[in-house]
Amino acid sequence: MGRQRIDALVSGVGQSDVGRRLHRPPLDLTIDACLAAIADAGLRIEDIDGLATYPGGIDMPPGFSGVGVSDVQEVLRLELDWFTGGMELPGQLGSVVNAVLAVSAGLCKHVLCFRTVTEGSAQGGGGRSAVMPGSGGGGRGGSGVRMGSFMQWSLPYGAPSAANWIATMATRHFHEFGTTEAQLGAIAVNGRRNAALNAKAVYRDPMTIDDYLASRVISSPLRLFDCDAPCDGSTAVIVSAPETAVDLRTAAPRVESVGTAIHGRPSWDQWDDLTTMALRDASAQLFAASDLTPADVDVAELYDGFSFIALCWLEALGFCGRGEGGAFIEGGANIAREGVLPLNTHGGQLSGGRLHGYGFLHEACIQLWGEGGDRQLPTQPEVAVAGAGGGPLAASLLLTRS
Amino acid sequence: MSQPFRVLPRLDDSNRHYWTGGEHGELRILRCDACRTWIHPPAPICPSCRGRALTPEPTSGLGELHTFTVNHQPWYPGLEPPYTIGVVALPEQEGLRITAGIIGIEPGDVRIGLAVRVVFEQYDDVWLPFFEPADG
Ligand SMILES: [Zn+2]
Repeated sequence: MGRQRIDALVSGVGQSDVGRRLHRPPLDLTIDACLAAIADAGLRIEDIDGLATYPGGIDMPPGFSGVGVSDVQEVLRLELDWFTGGMELPGQLGSVVNAVLAVSAGLCKHVLCFRTVTEGSAQGGGGRSAVMPGSGGGGRGGSGVRMGSFMQWSLPYGAPSAANWIATMATRHFHEFGTTEAQLGAIAVNGRRNAALNAKAVYRDPMTIDDYLASRVISSPLRLFDCDAPCDGSTAVIVSAPETAVDLRTAAPRVESVGTAIHGRPSWDQWDDLTTMALRDASAQLFAASDLTPADVDVAELYDGFSFIALCWLEALGFCGRGEGGAFIEGGANIAREGVLPLNTHGGQLSGGRLHGYGFLHEACIQLWGEGGDRQLPTQPEVAVAGAGGGPLAASLLLTRS
Repeated sequence: MSQPFRVLPRLDDSNRHYWTGGEHGELRILRCDACRTWIHPPAPICPSCRGRALTPEPTSGLGELHTFTVNHQPWYPGLEPPYTIGVVALPEQEGLRITAGIIGIEPGDVRIGLAVRVVFEQYDDVWLPFFEPADG
């Protein structure tokens, strides 16, 4: 696999307020994020000639999006040369990869990419069970509703959540490699420690490994603190063509390579090796297309919708050997701000809030810019990796400081 | 005793053999007439030889627990946790797996590698396959 024919910068990032329940319309939050990103890039609204989003204007399950490309185009009166929105992508950041490709192909110069969630407000007081498929709260009706699609294979057994599906993978990893609950807990504890430095993070109170081990089990071996925190918020990033660099506010991170591959069966339970996921193939592709190696990476922002997914990303990206993720994260020293590979410096989704993929790219760029404020790493990162998605969904980006 | 709440599959020509084989006590999986590959979930083409002639056949009903989780979260009123969800490897073919509930064993006693056999529970016109310990 040779180098990829991509040439793109991430010229700006922006984020709305983030909170457990903001009770604001998703489009309103989206515009906050988009305007912030445009200003961050040093651009004007009329410079935006591309739009990309995941998962598009659907709102099922409730709060999952609610904002599509056409909503943003309409309210900002954009003149678009290219756009994309949808969810049949290699995860949430697949939409940003699309933007990178569009810019590289010369279809447009500045793609505004966004992802908006209002899952916190949508759940109200009912918790996650209020938005589960087949439940009364999810808009799909209650008993008597019949399920088609891939969900038919797990829903009859009371396994409607990715928490259940990811848990079976974690069980297998624990079995094959001796990974322990206390090791896995380091992901959550690290995220909480980093979230204390992020004013927008939804959970900032200190958490110890004992707190983690005392939290209730959701689906073994995953505990409450292994599951990310539904929230409200919108994140935007702008992907720009390199020839526009003179127009930008500051030197922008360059996209070195992207990973989008999925070679195994696109399934949560039929995947060939349940100790890993599609991120295995997306990660291999990422480094095959670059002269950089995992040792060159200074900071990793990796999807922790469930903690175990971040562990899998660490292994797949080669920061440790296959099956060695538990030992690598144990105690948290390696992945701490001061460690060999700072992980999820904003708190991840576990403590920062479930901004669903885009938060990791946002944070990777913040760190490369050196604009992290209280949470900026003491040694300026030059190379960052952002990866998002779990199960059959995964995309990653390798970024270098200009 | 009333049954627990279950979200049931929507039956159609592609999945009916799987969800109703239990009426005859059979776990039925689609199989390629030409090369004998077992295919799950059902598909209109054999992934091995690309043959289009496929017919459901009964399996042995035996399996080995490949992995599992014990769910503690109350997702649905009427379906009380804890309960065990397993991914069961069928001996008929390497990599042939199905997801199903694991019953007849305390959740805390479930282990990977457990030898299991299929049992069925009927809900309306659906016979859900579950697995229980084979030596039970
Ligand atoms: Zn065949």
